[in-house]
Amino acid sequence: MEPIHTLRSRTVVIPSTNIDTDQLMPARFLTTTTREGLGQHLFADWRYDSEGQPIADFVLNRPEAQGCRILVAGRNIGCGSSREHAPWGLYDYGFRAVISTEIADIFRSNSLKNGLLPIIVDADTHAWLLAHPGVELVINLETCTVTLPDGRAVAFPIDNFSRYCLLNGVDETGYLLSQVASIAAYEARVGA
Amino acid sequence: MSPTTLFEKIWRTHEVVAETADTPAILYIDLHLTHEVTSPQAYSMLRERGLPVRRTDRTLATMDHSTPTDADQLFGRIPIKLESAAEQVSQLERNCAEFGVELFAVGSPHRGIVHVIGPELGATQPGKTIVCGDSHTSTHGAFGALAFGIGTTEVGHVLATQCLLQRKPKTLAVNVEGALPTGVTAKDLVLSIIRLLGVSGGTGAVIEYRGSTIRGLSMDERMTVCNMSIEAGARAGLIAPDETTFAYLKGRLRAPQDDAWDTAVATWRTLRTDTGARFDREIHIDAATLSPMITYGTHPGMSVCIDESIPLHGDVVYQKALGYMGLTPGQSMLGQPVQVVFLGSCTNGRLSDLEAAARLLKGRQVAPGVHFLVVPGSDAIKRAAEAQGLDQVFKDAGADWRESGCSMCLGMNGDLVPKGAYCVSTSNRNFEGRQGVGSRTLLASPATAVAAAIAGHVADARLLA
Repeated sequence: MEPIHTLRSRTVVIPSTNIDTDQLMPARFLTTTTREGLGQHLFADWRYDSEGQPIADFVLNRPEAQGCRILVAGRNIGCGSSREHAPWGLYDYGFRAVISTEIADIFRSNSLKNGLLPIIVDADTHAWLLAHPGVELVINLETCTVTLPDGRAVAFPIDNFSRYCLLNGVDETGYLLSQVASIAAYEARVGA
Repeated sequence: MSPTTLFEKIWRTHEVVAETADTPAILYIDLHLTHEVTSPQAYSMLRERGLPVRRTDRTLATMDHSTPTDADQLFGRIPIKLESAAEQVSQLERNCAEFGVELFAVGSPHRGIVHVIGPELGATQPGKTIVCGDSHTSTHGAFGALAFGIGTTEVGHVLATQCLLQRKPKTLAVNVEGALPTGVTAKDLVLSIIRLLGVSGGTGAVIEYRGSTIRGLSMDERMTVCNMSIEAGARAGLIAPDETTFAYLKGRLRAPQDDAWDTAVATWRTLRTDTGARFDREIHIDAATLSPMITYGTHPGMSVCIDESIPLHGDVVYQKALGYMGLTPGQSMLGQPVQVVFLGSCTNGRLSDLEAAARLLKGRQVAPGVHFLVVPGSDAIKRAAEAQGLDQVFKDAGADWRESGCSMCLGMNGDLVPKGAYCVSTSNRNFEGRQGVGSRTLLASPATAVAAAIAGHVADARLLA
């Protein structure tokens, strides 16, 4: 995984609340056996009509959304299914951060493991971001802040371990594998 | 020692390493359930790193999500229509063979929906930690197991190390007291709880369902309740094990046998929240106030009592949802025409669900123009239902009796609700497009599903009985 320190990008805003992982990645795309190429299916049923043609007024199809790496979403994004295909799709599409006031547990955990920053901000900041699509933000993982265009820095919470892994490009699998002695000791202790 | 919750007791006994300010806990996983959809990339990771599955004896695999429910396709008499689904299923077979994981493949008497077969085999037991790459893993909490859904990267973690990195969740007690009114089922109870909590009300928490109503539920009913914990955003749902739990498990294939059984039960009896233990949050529900429920919107929190109208006013989500659903504010749900009825899923695809449905359906007919799909939760349930002649009741009424699997709950296998059609479904999610592009799902109990199948529109099952 590539280390992440700062991310500077304009935002795309999808204000819907409770964007579930079925919207992010409909089930018919889950028969894949790899992680690659899921960006083309991200928000498939909002992006394309029944003929497979782009729906012009959906935000991801508009020219100003191209190249944006920060998605600002309505409250409680990522609810529903545990499918990691949702963050894989967001990442493959080009997003590196998702901002909301609430982010569902499994989606949040999956995002952190794939270099996609789940960022929770206060309601006022969120309302401002929803009302101002396309603004340029700077996300700094060293200081755990999102800097708004007026220079105001808003703090976001992230646990120390996830932050360390993201800053250093450390993958959690490697960390767990380094703990096998403790795991073996536990198995011996409880007779597992 | 200070009084502790059931959750805390299970958590503590599975800490390989406790959490610190800088590192999450390393939590030991007793049982890892896997299936074809969320495991392929995890096996690829093992292969890339040259790792084995650490504990094949703690890993079970089944195929359920993308398998056809049409017997000819399932048993290979004709090719599986969806090529990618066929490839995913055969990849699971190759992965399990290569890594030595026990697989309940097509033809195995134990195959079925992953959350149905764990309990059925007696592999799901009180006090265990159980994970699966599927959010409805919360189902197993009905046995007093700490069970939660994980992503595919974490499936890889468990395959490689039998452990997960976890921050300790908060606790939420949902206390339900009193008798459920006649015609009100476990599904109605959990839909009511989700309406009350909201779809993110349980985020970051493990729910413990408590109180006399919960203690009075059968294991099948408890599984229905715990299954939908995730629909309130919760990590897991738990119910303390009791005599009902032990009676269900006794004699099952993977349950402890003989002397080991007595030892296990003695341990399981200690798995309860101590008097005076504190939860981070508690809510209270009076069972007498509950009614049969049905959803009208695009998340499981958007529900009404069956005889209520759709709320007149709501926020932007509400407006958008009603637009998608083609429903009108103030409209009564009773009488809403339906074209499809789905009875099945890990929420309501167990034998008692089929029995309840067949009791109401016997001697009646599915309305013209309604496709009533009945999909048992497992092959064992299918056999048991057929032994009782339930399949004949469904077929005689004009329903479509299928092979077991996840089927129309998420439509991965090609069992789809047509665009724009309304489906009364006993499953767990009514998200946009969940049952197929443009599908309109109305979540309800098996009884309400049967009532709709007979009437051809949303109807009150209490008037059928």
